[in-house]
Formats: sequence, C-alpha cells, structure tokens
Amino acid sequence: MPDMSRTTQPDLSINFAGIKSPNPFWLASAPPTNSGEQIMRAFDAGWGGAVWKTIGEPITNVSSRYSSIDWNGQRMMGFNNIELISDRPLEDNLREITEVKKRYPSNAVVVSLMVESRREAWHTIVQQAEDAGADGLELNFGCPHGMSERGMGSAVGQVPEYAEMITAWVKEKAKTPVIIKLTPNITDIRSVARAAKGGGADALSAINTINSITGIDLNTFIPAPNVGGKSSHGGYCGPAVKPIALNMVHQVMSDPEAALPISGIGGIGTWRDAVEFILLGAGTVQVCTAAMHYGYRIVEDMIDGLQTWMTEKHFAGIEAFRGLSIPKVTSWKHLDLNYKIVAHINEQKCIGCDLCYTACWDGAHQCIHLDRVSGPVNGHVELHKKPADIQNETRSSIAVTPIPKLDPPKSAQEPYPTPLARIPRVDETECVGCNLCSLVCPVEDCITMVEVKTGLHPESWDERTTTTLTGKN
Amino acid sequence: MHDLPQQNAEIARRFPDLHPPFASQAAVIEANRCLNCFDAPCTAACPTHIDVPRFIKKIASGNLRGSALSILDANVLAASCSRVCPVQVLCEGACVMHRYNKQPIAIGRLQRYSMDAFHSSHGTLPRKSLEEHPQRIACLGAGPASLAAAAELRQRGYQVTVFDKRPQPGGLNTYGVAEYKLPLPDSLREIKLIEDLGVKFRFGVEIGRDIALEDIGQQFDYIFLGVGLGEMHKLDIPGGDHPAVIDALEFIANYKTGRTTGVQGDVVVIGAGNTAIDAANASTRLGAKRVTILYRRTQAHISAFDFEYEHAKDEGVAFHWLTQPVAVNSSNGKLTSIECTRMDIANDGTLHPVANSNFRVDCDIVIPAIGQSPLVEFLSKLSNVRIEKGRVLVDRATGQTSNPKYFAGGDCINGGREVVDAVADGKRAGIAIAKALEAAHA
Repeated sequence: MPDMSRTTQPDLSINFAGIKSPNPFWLASAPPTNSGEQIMRAFDAGWGGAVWKTIGEPITNVSSRYSSIDWNGQRMMGFNNIELISDRPLEDNLREITEVKKRYPSNAVVVSLMVESRREAWHTIVQQAEDAGADGLELNFGCPHGMSERGMGSAVGQVPEYAEMITAWVKEKAKTPVIIKLTPNITDIRSVARAAKGGGADALSAINTINSITGIDLNTFIPAPNVGGKSSHGGYCGPAVKPIALNMVHQVMSDPEAALPISGIGGIGTWRDAVEFILLGAGTVQVCTAAMHYGYRIVEDMIDGLQTWMTEKHFAGIEAFRGLSIPKVTSWKHLDLNYKIVAHINEQKCIGCDLCYTACWDGAHQCIHLDRVSGPVNGHVELHKKPADIQNETRSSIAVTPIPKLDPPKSAQEPYPTPLARIPRVDETECVGCNLCSLVCPVEDCITMVEVKTGLHPESWDERTTTTLTGKN
Repeated sequence: MHDLPQQNAEIARRFPDLHPPFASQAAVIEANRCLNCFDAPCTAACPTHIDVPRFIKKIASGNLRGSALSILDANVLAASCSRVCPVQVLCEGACVMHRYNKQPIAIGRLQRYSMDAFHSSHGTLPRKSLEEHPQRIACLGAGPASLAAAAELRQRGYQVTVFDKRPQPGGLNTYGVAEYKLPLPDSLREIKLIEDLGVKFRFGVEIGRDIALEDIGQQFDYIFLGVGLGEMHKLDIPGGDHPAVIDALEFIANYKTGRTTGVQGDVVVIGAGNTAIDAANASTRLGAKRVTILYRRTQAHISAFDFEYEHAKDEGVAFHWLTQPVAVNSSNGKLTSIECTRMDIANDGTLHPVANSNFRVDCDIVIPAIGQSPLVEFLSKLSNVRIEKGRVLVDRATGQTSNPKYFAGGDCINGGREVVDAVADGKRAGIAIAKALEAAHA
C-alpha cells in the first residue's frame, strides 16, 4: 500500500505562462464557456479555469450542429460540431468577463479571440478583452468550419506565415500571456507551433478539433448533422481523438524550436487522461466534450483522482511529474531490436473464448494453437488443425439437452476451470510478441507478455545499420 | 390453419410472459456483451448448432433480418425454442462468461428478439434449393421433429405431407408447453411459415384408422416418424379413474385451448418432472387455493431442471418428498383427498413404504404427471423397424431406422426430451433423406 498518511495534500495549483489557476483543469473554449453565468457555475463546481468561447464579430449558427458516434452501446465516443464562434453580442461577453473576474479572482479566465486578419482588428479585440479583465488570450487558429471559409480559424492555423504574422500583431498589443491554439488539420503540427513561437507566443494549446464526417443516415443518405437536407464537415473531438492529441502534444513538446508551455486538449474526460497529457509536458488541460456529455460535475473526480494519484506517487505538485514521459517516446530507429517478449496464457484465468486463437491465426502470426492435451505444453509443433477444421468437427457432432436424471453431470473437474481443449497454447518459438492476443483477451491479466532473455546486447536499427556501414562491431 | 386462433383473454391475463422480450436498445447492449467466441461453446451446446455469435453480432449491427435467417438456417422452430429451451443447461449454460464471474449472455431472449422482429416484418422461410422434385415424403405427427424434417425437405424442393390426428399442428409446442413460455398462437404462427413453404398438412387423420399404414407406404418415397409418445401413464391406484383425476398433458392442453380458464380448490400434482412443474404452476395461476406436488423420492432425484423447481417454489407450489399416493378418496362424486404413504430409500436406492405412515392430503383435483407411455402398439406395426424399450432405434447421425425407408426423430426415439432435441433430430433426418434421394437420382 502506498503511504497515504501524509497530511498535506499535493498542490494542484499551476502557473501556466504567467496565468495562475487553482488546478490544471480548464474548460475549453466551447459551448460550456458560452456565458458568464455558465462559467461561474463551472467555477463553483471546481474548474480551475475557463477559456471563454471565442469572441469576435458575432455570427449566425445553423441547426442542427452536433453529431456523434456511438460504440458498442456507449454514447458519444466521438463528437462532432459545426458550431461557430460566439453568436452573442461582443459587449455582453465583455461585460460578463468583467463580472466573472470580479467574483472569481483566483480562477483563470482566458479569452479566446478570432477576428478577420487585419492588424487593427486584432489590436482592438485584444484591448477589449484585456480591458474586460482577461487573464490571458487564446488565439483561435483552429476552427475548421465556417470561419476558415472567411479567412479565419484554421485558414490561419494551416499557414505558418499567417500564424506567425498574426501572433506578432497580437503581441504588439497584448499585456497578458498569448496562447496559440493549434489545429491538427495539417501535415506537421510542429510547423505552426514553431511559427507561433517565432511570432512571440507565450504558450500553445493543442489540439483543436479534427475535420470529420461522423456518419451518414442510411435511409436519407444525409450525413450528420443534418441541416435541412445537407451537411458539412465538422470538428471531431471526444474520447476517440485522445491518442491523436497525445501524439501531437508530444511532437510539439519534444521539438526545441516549437516547445512552449502547452495546454493539452483532446478527449480528456478523467484525471487519468489529464495525467497522460501532463506527463507529455502539458501545463494545463482543457476539457469540453466530457463536460458537454456529463456536465461540470465531472471535475470533482478529476481533482480528487489526480490528488490521490499524486499522493500515491509522492508528487508534491504538478511540475514534479510534468513531462516525465517525453523522453520515453523516441524514433523507431532507436528501439532495441533484441528485446523479445512472448505471450503467456494464465490457464487458471482463461475462460476459453479463444479470441486470442482466432486473432492470432487471422490477424497475426499463427502461433497460438488449440492442441493442448494435458498441462502446459510449449514447443514447436509443425502440424495443426486449421480453425475451420476445428469448427467443422464441432458442428458435425451431436449434442443433446442434458436431462438431470438421464445425463448425470460430469464430476471429474479438469485442472483448470476451463476444459483444456479450449485453453489455447502459445508456441513460443513462433510468437513474435506482437501483443494482439493480450489486447483481444477479455480477461484482465490472463494473457501477459513476458520477456525472454535473448542473451544479446541491446541494439537499435540505427546502431545496426551504422555498424554495417562502418564495418565495425 | 389459415385463421390463427387468438389467445384466450383470461389465459393471457393469467400467464404473462415469463421472460419479457428485450426492448431494442437493451437488445443491442446485451448483444454487444457477447465476446464472439471462436468455435463458440454455446453453439456446440445447442442440439441444432445455431451459430449463436453470428446471429448475436447481427443484432448488434442492426441486421435483424440477417440475424433471424442465421438462426432459422439451423433451427426452423427458432421462435418456440427461444422461449421453451432450457437455455440454462444449453447455450447459456455453456457461455464462457460463467468463468468470468459474470452473467451469461441472454442468448434465449436475444433469439426471441430476433425472431419476434422477423415475424413482425412478415418474414418468410427461404428455400435452400429452387428446384422442384417429384419425390414425396410423409411425416407422421406434426410435432417439432416432423416439422423440422418437413421444412428441411420442402426447402430443398421435395413434396412433403404431414399427418396429425389433432386439429392443429405443433404437437407439444402447441398443446403441451406452459402458456407463459409459449402462447398457442405464437406456436401456430411459426408453423404457418412452414405451411407457406408448401408443406401439406392433413389434420384429424389417425394412421391405422383413417388411413392405412400400407397406403402411406405406397404413396410416399420416405416416411419420417415423428409420432412422439402416447398417452400419459394412468394413476393406477384405487380411485385413480375418478373424473377429477386428469393427466398433466390433458390439463395443460385444456387451458391452452381455452377449455379451462380457472381452477378452484386444492390441487395435487403427482410426479416431479418438468411437465409436473408446468401443471403445478398452471394450477396456481388458474386460481387453485393450494397446489402440492407429491414425489416418491427426494429433491435430489427429480427430473425437472433446477430452475424449474425454483420457479415452482416461487409460484407457491408446496413439495412433499418421499410420498407415494395409494388411493384417491371421493365422496358424493367429488374428490376429497388423496391417501399417501411415506417412503424410505434404502442404501441400495430401492424404495420402501414406511409401515403405518399413511396420511391424507385434501384435494379437489389430482393431476398425475408420471410420464408418457410409448406408442408400442403403433410402432409394432411398422415392418422391419427395430424397436427397443418402446423406442425406435435409429442411426443418430441420420435418423435412419433399420428399415431404410423409415426415418425417425423426437420423443419416439429418445423417450422424451426437449423441443430442440426433436428439431435437431428432424433436421438431421431431413438432410439425410434429401441426400438419399439425391444419391438415388444422381
């Protein structure tokens, strides 16, 4: 058991490029931060900061504007929107920003901005936001729909030169930290990050939503969301995008020319997600879809879970673990070619679904077999029945309903809870250690990947090819 | 059978669904719980080998028609099986989820969901071959075994006629299954699909009385025996022939066909098999004051499934173990009580009455459920068909009897098993007959 006796709670407060917040959990610029009333309720629920839904020249939205994809009965694994920036009058937003800052001085209020690409327009909006009391500014260079067609949003974020220019304009005027929100809809996210840094940005946030079409109604052929019989590509977010966001955050943070304080965004719904982003260097995290799905209340467990985890790991503050995983990601060419693992099936835990068997035969390297006869047998066997043969045998067998009086139950229990014939056997000499079986196994800790000592020194592809080229050992 | 009878309203009220159908979202969530095992144990455990993961994954993907057709491909009486199968000891009993400390997948209810959708969309059974063949096959009996054999053969284009002495097809499915499992119209609705395939039905025809066995032998190329079992055993004790002593199958058939809609007074059921449980549960639902099951051995010896026994207890049925009825007492033409004696089981398993242990159980109706007798007399008339202990001997894989022209399946070969076993027998026999016909005309 970890030592939980420490009386002092770990400190969750952060100073992000000069913006202070009682915890790293911010609401992202989106519907949950559309008004002062909402943001004040969010702060009451525990959110450390909020990025005000992008202000600029108010726009007209369409309906409908959200769609989502479900997976195996779970709602909203991926979420999509074609909503634009704030459709409320600028003056209302500015007045409410002042109101929120007055009532919640210790929470971070960052204002997201987007205006047409003119220097004066940017100077004006920066002045207005800061006069209203913003703790920082986030430039929306990411919105992939609607605004981009007007030369804003991702139309800026996809062109490093524009991004650098507008960042520089804003920096001429801004007194508060300037955060550039990056779009993932670009070949290499580092190029815009570098441009933002070149333009003088204080920080970055990543990622904005990803261009997407969530799905198409198979009766009407109209993609979602349906706006009077037509649709448009929207911005994808939610749990489905987290792996993409993590990679992009890592790309930026491992690039010295791009790295700045970064606010991680993309599929964060729990403290675990947040920890992952922080381990890759994020200084704060921004949440939207999870709050839209379940409401502001989700932050309670985010704070509680993070605090508990930090206590267990003896991290006194966020900075203590921020970025620890960055060096653990490297190029493929630096991975050890001599590291070998093989699958190991725990016979006591195996329930006999044989998903690993079929996955290995069809989806991997044909090294799991159903020819176990007694006890754990491992070794190279050349001849195996193919999956179809096994299935055909079963289908041609005759089964009857067991009747208690006529068919007494078999009393002899085999050594494992599952009949041996259904417990697959790994041929370790053939196993390539790909993980597939352990990934498809529905039982926790039933298939584990165990290291096999090869007796060889670690050697990467880079080292091996260099050795070959130089002829040295 | 063109106008399907409606369920009697009073019976419908007294026998609501034992396992209500899934709502569609619940079905999809349940379907997604299925792991999709390789060579799935549930499929192996099903006598008809329905490809369970296949039909379940089709529910998950919204391919309900495909799901139903996958099921019907293996089991043409899939709707009734989904309701009457003892899934706890078949597919769901084999589910690997048991070893994961989890509830097995609700396979029976998912199958019902799929079949209900098929029926409500007015689905029809597909043909397995569009060719028409002149050869004729007679199926004797219109129970599950015959229906399965008939459907299998008709789907391949053979001319099939089914004979039954009752006015409706389905055998025990229609007349002998507890109403809260399978209402009579639902049994008939399913059989209508087989009729729509072009299978001919001749009802009210008793072989040997209305048509000679020899005539059938001459008119048909092959004969499938799906005749089931005969009368239930009589309660062979003094007073056992009283009119208020009514055997369980007749009792069940009476309320299913609406001839009985209520029961008054105390009921005693004799025997502890699944039919006894059905009759006892039906008695409670039909309004009996008190229902008691008498069994001469103990709970450990009953042939009813455990879940059936538990269900009967839930319905309020009382059990008297080690109790043997010895006489039925009546007064003024009305039953008053049943005289019983206590039994003792010796170490060698034999039963002995305990001296001076007689006691009476008050009752107004006695329902013996002590098994069905084989159709010995009828079976003895079949030439060259070997019979042993009242059962027709067959090759299990094909259902062929010692007379190559006769095939058989269901209760007449197994002495009394589940509906799904009869369906499996009939299907195998149907395939084997079709193969024999193909071989003969190749």
